[in-house]
Amino acid sequence: MAYKTIIEDNIDVLIAGAGLGGTGAAFEARYWGKDKKIVIAEKANIDRSGAVAQGLYAINCYMGTRFGENNPEDHVRYARMDLMGMVREDLAFDMARHVDSAVHQFEDWGLPIMKDEKTGTYLREGRWQIMIHGESYKPIVAEAAKKSADKVFNRICVTHMLMDDAKENRVAGAVGFNVRTGNYHVFKAKTVIVGAGGASNIFKPRSVGEGAGRVWYAPWSSGSAYGLMIDAGAKMTQMENRIVLARFKDGYGPVGAYFLHLKTYTQNGIGEEYESKWFPALTEMVGKEYLDTENQHLSHKPIPTCLRNHAFINEVNAGRGPIHMVTMEAFQDPHLEEIGWHNFLGMTVGQAVLWAATDVDPKYENPELTTSEPYVMGSHATGCGAWCSGPEDVSPDEYFWGYNRMTTVEGMFGAGDAVGGTPHAFSSGSFTEGRLAAKAACQYIDDGKAEGIRVDQKQIDELKAKIYKPMETYTVYRNEIVAGDVNPNYINPRQGLDRLQKLMDEYCAGFGVNYMTNEKLLQIGLKKMGVFGEDLENIAAQDVHELLRAWELKHRFLTSEAVFQHTLFRKETRWPGYYYRGDAMKLDDENWHVLTVSRRDPKTGEYTMEKAPCYHLVGDEEEKQAAS
Amino acid sequence: MPTFVYMTRCDGCGQCVDICPSDIMHIDKTLRRAYNIEPNMCWECYSCVKACPHQAIDVRGYADFAPLGHSVRVLRDEEKGTIAWRIKFRNGKKDFDLLAPITTKPWGTGIPQLADEPAPADSMRNSHLLYNEPKYIQLDKDGKDSLHTLESNGLTLKEGVYY
Repeated sequence: MAYKTIIEDNIDVLIAGAGLGGTGAAFEARYWGKDKKIVIAEKANIDRSGAVAQGLYAINCYMGTRFGENNPEDHVRYARMDLMGMVREDLAFDMARHVDSAVHQFEDWGLPIMKDEKTGTYLREGRWQIMIHGESYKPIVAEAAKKSADKVFNRICVTHMLMDDAKENRVAGAVGFNVRTGNYHVFKAKTVIVGAGGASNIFKPRSVGEGAGRVWYAPWSSGSAYGLMIDAGAKMTQMENRIVLARFKDGYGPVGAYFLHLKTYTQNGIGEEYESKWFPALTEMVGKEYLDTENQHLSHKPIPTCLRNHAFINEVNAGRGPIHMVTMEAFQDPHLEEIGWHNFLGMTVGQAVLWAATDVDPKYENPELTTSEPYVMGSHATGCGAWCSGPEDVSPDEYFWGYNRMTTVEGMFGAGDAVGGTPHAFSSGSFTEGRLAAKAACQYIDDGKAEGIRVDQKQIDELKAKIYKPMETYTVYRNEIVAGDVNPNYINPRQGLDRLQKLMDEYCAGFGVNYMTNEKLLQIGLKKMGVFGEDLENIAAQDVHELLRAWELKHRFLTSEAVFQHTLFRKETRWPGYYYRGDAMKLDDENWHVLTVSRRDPKTGEYTMEKAPCYHLVGDEEEKQAAS
Repeated sequence: MPTFVYMTRCDGCGQCVDICPSDIMHIDKTLRRAYNIEPNMCWECYSCVKACPHQAIDVRGYADFAPLGHSVRVLRDEEKGTIAWRIKFRNGKKDFDLLAPITTKPWGTGIPQLADEPAPADSMRNSHLLYNEPKYIQLDKDGKDSLHTLESNGLTLKEGVYY
């Protein structure tokens, strides 16, 4: 099979992956780089790609500063509280001070945002969430990206960064292949903005067989943001901070609008409120700073997401499941009932399909909830991702190295799931981060930082050989057997994915072990990962589609390895309800009120781990609390 | 809920192949019609269902937990700017329609061509502002015309445990 090599040269800003982060980057880059060459490389079709492909019914990050609703620091405090303190507050503040401009722009572009008729403000679902008719959210932002970009390459699976052969640790573009034609694509670029996604499907999902695609985060979110950046030698942060979601059972339909707008609530199998009884013991585990049940109502602090999960998991383990969402009251109001259904159709149609299939009418029956398998991503209630520079006017020295949202690899920027330590960005915040990265990337080029990049033919040839090796492996060994998928020389991508999911579940705190792990288990898991990594060299792809799955798996593998390393490093249980370190069941601020930072040496594959200081925004509120 | 394609309605136009985010809608080489090659990587996102000009694609709930006999159908119309749904329960007791807007403007007309906008002044470049800020945040109400900073909001960044 002789696939063509197609070279796109002289790119200024290459966007690798165009979900909400990538489309924001492409759009904004044109303003700061009028004559710059802006190119998008996307695995699917940007009209329906990324986590928002299906649509959204809410924008979960909007300050409403113009209406006097919230200031950026209020959002930072919220994210800090929800993530048990572990946030890059410089990045979070920067995102929050810009995010409203993205949302108002969306409205100008035609995104239907619901209004509060009395006040004229956007209709609030909660303090941070506004409600939208977002079925076409992604096509709308894609339209904006298309208007700004010089070229959009759809159906290109980007597999590796291209590195500068003239200067160590500087990016020079990216390579990948077309998942339809199979052709090899080389993008030579001065800067790359990684807008690729977080990782679903690295932990064994609760669904089985055909249903394995029904995961909470999109199945095409293959951890490529992390795979690409780790492979390029970028430092990563907070990769242990996986997220577990309490959602409607099986369909994983969203609960945000139900809790906040429809005012539904949860109860256990015998109709009791169950959360509060777990809180005293939980306060023992995490400390009063993080959960003060007696004074929680005075401080008006919401309970962190992970701690609510903890109560859920423990109640079920105590034999009083299932946990129900009490919808029967709210759904008596026909208007709220309609919103409940629209909410699913707008972003998780499958939940509507499931209720239609099982005759669940939430007006007459309280649906079941479940806790999901863990996910690794950086824009929901969790902050995995690359260790990035913050903005000059906010960041302390340890967080600043010249360009906003630039990773520790020169010229490689991040947005959305790619950026670590910025939870609660969601769609609008990811788009905003893309815009910030684009402005900084243009500045980087204008400052002459991308001069003298050289890419040797040797690197291009070596990467090509690497990319197509799974097809080569298949061709060589396929005819050694009669038929079928069982071959002593290779495994196929599905078999590899199953192995990864089982390994992550059992050793790295998946749902199958009640989210529990310890040092011993993690070490065994890492050893098995090492052997699995060797087997991944012998993965086989019978066609270009399988080659896509093979490279997705390799990105998921690199992501998972980082999750293992970080989970092993942080010797405490920081987020009960997300995962537990059985050998260190308490939150330990004395030793671990820090951000974890890793780097995998691209040449040796060896990991080095370090602690980075955790800075907090301190204003009147904090001073008062510290004094009391 | 994995998608499937009705044999008599599909003409093999490939719109679903073009749009599928998971790369699982492919054309069968013999029948020259589309089908879902990998149902366990389907997110039932309905992108292909919405894109099909012949309503040839439908969804049958995942076999591992969804009983047969239900239906969730959709018609998305960019010209009208609406999306229409019809949900039918397995037991037939519920059968209802829902309609929602997908845009407030004729498709694509509200989005600026940034190449045609005046170039940003140096003062803008050297600031932390993004395109069309501060207009969109409307911080200029009090004549300050600037973004929030640590200083403006009375904040400092400190190491340690603050909660």
